[in-house]
Amino acid sequence: METLERYVAEHPFFAGMSEKHIQLIVGCASNVKYDAGQQIDRAGMEANTFFLVRQGRVAVEIVNPTSGPITIQTVGDGDVLGWSWLFPPYIHHFDSKALDLTRAIALDGKCLRQKCDADHELGYELFKRFAQIMEQRIASTRLQLMDLYK
Amino acid sequence: MTTQSVQSAVGAPDLNPMLPQTFRVRKVINDTYDTFTLELTPSHGGAEVSFRPGQFNMLYLYGVGEVPISISGDPSRGNVLVHTTRAVGTVTKVMSKLKVGDLIGVRGPYGTAWPVEEAVGNDVVIIAGGIGLAPLRPALYHILSHRTKYGKVVLLYGTRTPSDILYRKDLEQLRSRFDLEVHVTVDRAMGTWRGNVGVVTNLIPKAPFDPTNTVAMVCGPEIMMRFTVLGLQKRGVALDSIYLSLERNMKCAVGFCGHCQFGPLFVCKDGPVFRYGQVREFLNKREI
Amino acid sequence: MKTDKVQSSSEGSFTSNGAPRVFTVEHLNTLIRNLRDQGYAVIGPVVQDAAIVYDEISSSEDLPIGWIDTQSNASYRLTKRAAKTLFNFTVGPQSWKKYLHKPSVRILEAEKNGNEFAVNDAQPPAKKQAFLGVRACELHAIAIQDRVLLGGPYVDPIYAELRTNTLIVAVNCEKAGGTCFCASMGTGPRAEHGYDLALTEIRESDHHYFLIETGSALGATVLAGLPAEVASESDIQAANRVIATATHQMGRKVDMSEMKEILYRNTENPRWQDIASRCMSCANCTLVCPTCFCTTIEDTTDLRGTRAERWRKWDSCFTMEFSYIHGGSIRTSPGTRYRQWLTHKFGSWGDQFGSAGCVGCGRCITWCPVGIDVTEELKAIRDSELVEAGSIKSKE
Repeated sequence: METLERYVAEHPFFAGMSEKHIQLIVGCASNVKYDAGQQIDRAGMEANTFFLVRQGRVAVEIVNPTSGPITIQTVGDGDVLGWSWLFPPYIHHFDSKALDLTRAIALDGKCLRQKCDADHELGYELFKRFAQIMEQRIASTRLQLMDLYK
Repeated sequence: MTTQSVQSAVGAPDLNPMLPQTFRVRKVINDTYDTFTLELTPSHGGAEVSFRPGQFNMLYLYGVGEVPISISGDPSRGNVLVHTTRAVGTVTKVMSKLKVGDLIGVRGPYGTAWPVEEAVGNDVVIIAGGIGLAPLRPALYHILSHRTKYGKVVLLYGTRTPSDILYRKDLEQLRSRFDLEVHVTVDRAMGTWRGNVGVVTNLIPKAPFDPTNTVAMVCGPEIMMRFTVLGLQKRGVALDSIYLSLERNMKCAVGFCGHCQFGPLFVCKDGPVFRYGQVREFLNKREI
Repeated sequence: MKTDKVQSSSEGSFTSNGAPRVFTVEHLNTLIRNLRDQGYAVIGPVVQDAAIVYDEISSSEDLPIGWIDTQSNASYRLTKRAAKTLFNFTVGPQSWKKYLHKPSVRILEAEKNGNEFAVNDAQPPAKKQAFLGVRACELHAIAIQDRVLLGGPYVDPIYAELRTNTLIVAVNCEKAGGTCFCASMGTGPRAEHGYDLALTEIRESDHHYFLIETGSALGATVLAGLPAEVASESDIQAANRVIATATHQMGRKVDMSEMKEILYRNTENPRWQDIASRCMSCANCTLVCPTCFCTTIEDTTDLRGTRAERWRKWDSCFTMEFSYIHGGSIRTSPGTRYRQWLTHKFGSWGDQFGSAGCVGCGRCITWCPVGIDVTEELKAIRDSELVEAGSIKSKE
């Protein structure tokens, strides 16, 4: 538990958070491991987890019935993954799959939501960080849509 | 082998700068479905060719026309010119049909070079987008052949899809080196691709270089370069340590035709490699 | 390349090459004949198609005797008067770049033999040419093109060959054209340097004669063959009065102070859109401009495919193709193309070549089919900053 706490505290995503809030977050955290090729989440399923990838690589995919899965994005060491748990109806929009052996810290979405509802300051700090991730993802997506190298 | 000797071979000031010398195609490599590499040697033997990483040549096809193409070979290989091109225009489409033994006209080398000397003692991050890897490859060759002079060396390369990856075998070999970090990413891929997917700028935050002591060399589409500069800036790289290579229409490559102007700069003679500060004022303005 | 040779024939100032001389109007023909005898093709102003253009002449009879021009925005008219004036007009639609940086030049030819080809850049040797009637603004324009095409790091050998074979006889302007603004650009109306000989046509009471000044050793040699006398002080005063008249007549001006900074700051000024609504992207301004140097290349082959040529032709930044790279053109809108042209002339040219790219000849104003006036557009952009500054002030 102590290494888990230290990892959360030192993760750049949580940089600048108070000790108190770190404790609250750690209370929702657990270690998880996925083998290479293992499915992590599927579109349409309930979204309840937010991952801090410690090591490995995860592909976010969307499946086209005629051409199979298309990889939209990959995330790796130190990246964060998943925000469908933030908003109702808490359903995954995309598939995710471990490409390599992946170790991550899983944060329980329901647990985090309850704590954010109880402590709006924690909620604000978390949403501030998620907003930044979303901004980066949307900028990346726009660039991908540009098909720059055509 | 000095730059001087190339100029006496192809672009000496006392020669007509518009007069190409004939070279012979020695080898043709089909890199991807739309990209090919030509290896050229002077048709009359003799003169060695030399250039600085980042420079370009004007390649002339008999009766068809002339295009500026960056040099993508190893600058220490003095007997061969290497050019990687995408077959997208009238001239390059005909060029893609050239066979071993065919002749091609060459003028050059022209333009400014990547700051491989200024970067000595620093970490180097090379960031390429698409065909932008071609003009950066000579810089990578140079750095690797003087490897001990540099700190950490990182290559970040983004392209369209896995089948667009240029110099695939080279990259695989480079990835196995312990003194070089290579990260490749593609904008889109089918599920069978096991590498990175996402824009090249996503690779910047985690790339192993010391931002306070890094020279960045960037080449790709202008939008990609603008976002790359933002990513490097966010990481803490000094703007003056960032170098970009620009592309503009070029008819002469020697400052006469006026086509390549970018604000007060002539991309042909003041560039194509610019320190970011030189182009910053105009890079975000439309239709400059 | 021997650029020094070019400069040596252009050196010299108003009085450094000996005292001005005078000769009678009849002896202009002697000058023309002497030059022709020395192997020069003499090129001077002639009337063709209702305009004064430059062409080869064989005597002073070919000059636009008695013709005067009236110019304003999009308007050029010639009228003939009884007085037998020789140079009582200003610049027409052509400039001397027609003979130095030619509209169309074959730069290479290539011969194909089987799978092999050979390239050859041989040019016919340039013939000696003497320009008669080069105005002060045009001397500056030639000096500007010298800096672009000879100033390095590369030298255009075709231009260099023509330039070194050119002798320049300037003529001081005795009137300002309706679109002239050389005085504000510091490029006229007095010919100060860059000539071999400079004439001032003087008509006072019944006296019609030329004051002639020498600008180079070559000019002095040519002058030595003329029956010219040393000018008196009153001749010099008379010549000064002629030029002063032109200065005083000049109705347009450009304030060049901080012009580059103003243009660089105003890349998004709405004025560009306003100009774009009038500009037809016809490229007339760039073609009549004596400093515009841009060119494109055309490749041709014969029908059998055994002979190919490369031609260099005047180009214009007003075309879409000018800025084309794979994926499209950089400057797709007329407004940004006009912005490029004007910003280059009055802004970035200074960074590139150490002077403005405009000599105030006014051709672009006269020959613009819709009469766009660069002096007015520059003023509008400058003044828009004053308005902005003023409105900020009034809010305070």
